[in-house]
Amino acid sequence: MERVPVLKIGEILLVSIQVDMEDQTALQLQEDLADRIVATGASGVIIDITALDIVDSFIGRMLSTIASISKVLDADTVVVGMRPAVAITLVELGLSLNGIRTALNVERGMELIAAARSDEWDSEPYEERAADGPLATFS
Amino acid sequence: MTAGLDLGRSQTQPIVSDQDVVRVRKLVRTVAVETKLSLVDQTKLVTAASELARNTLVYGGGGEVQVSTVDNGRRKGVRISFSDSGPGIADLDLALTDGYTTGGGLGLGLSGARRLVDEFDIETAVGEGTRVTVTKWSR
Repeated sequence: MERVPVLKIGEILLVSIQVDMEDQTALQLQEDLADRIVATGASGVIIDITALDIVDSFIGRMLSTIASISKVLDADTVVVGMRPAVAITLVELGLSLNGIRTALNVERGMELIAAARSDEWDSEPYEERAADGPLATFS
Repeated sequence: MTAGLDLGRSQTQPIVSDQDVVRVRKLVRTVAVETKLSLVDQTKLVTAASELARNTLVYGGGGEVQVSTVDNGRRKGVRISFSDSGPGIADLDLALTDGYTTGGGLGLGLSGARRLVDEFDIETAVGEGTRVTVTKWSR
């Protein structure tokens, strides 16, 4: 079984899928990524599927699962490089890729992750305060 | 291994492992290119074949695929037949419903594959097996 390499670039883990994956390879990648997110404290995962000429329901599910696992481990996932024919086919297949963010290429994906991070820092404390109501009620 | 341009040729391949599903995708891609399907149609057919090959492996307990070129006098096409001697499908309408699965998948295999091809035919008998035949025509 082949294994898909996971590269670390700064705060981001980059996975570029270059082979037609067996199902077992896809499952192994899920586990490898979860381990690497925890080991490196990465804040984002970019999955480059430029080389994939199809995404079937199994690979689609793998992408969704990776996004969910990353979220739980406090990392954002962006899928980049989807080919137009793959996008058309995915829609017709009925796969919605829930919870997955996409970008045209790796560079845009990195920008998206950086933007998501800075938004969280800016907005989180404010939202928490708003949800809890005025601080005065505690006094 | 590669089919020539002469019509009516067919190739058979076993589906008994994960690697065989990858091989089915390669074989279908080769024949779809030779039959001059458009890129989107190639992608749809290979995706459908991937779903059906996985079904043959996971639900049918393995089987085989036959990939043929066909010609109806006006158009050329690719016909793919997946057969297994597995448990068969008791409720075909249910199995063809989006989101229904007995295997922990997304339940898009059969129903999604049907949307991706021009012709879809399924014969099944409980305790005897299942044969799914799909055809995609060039435009």
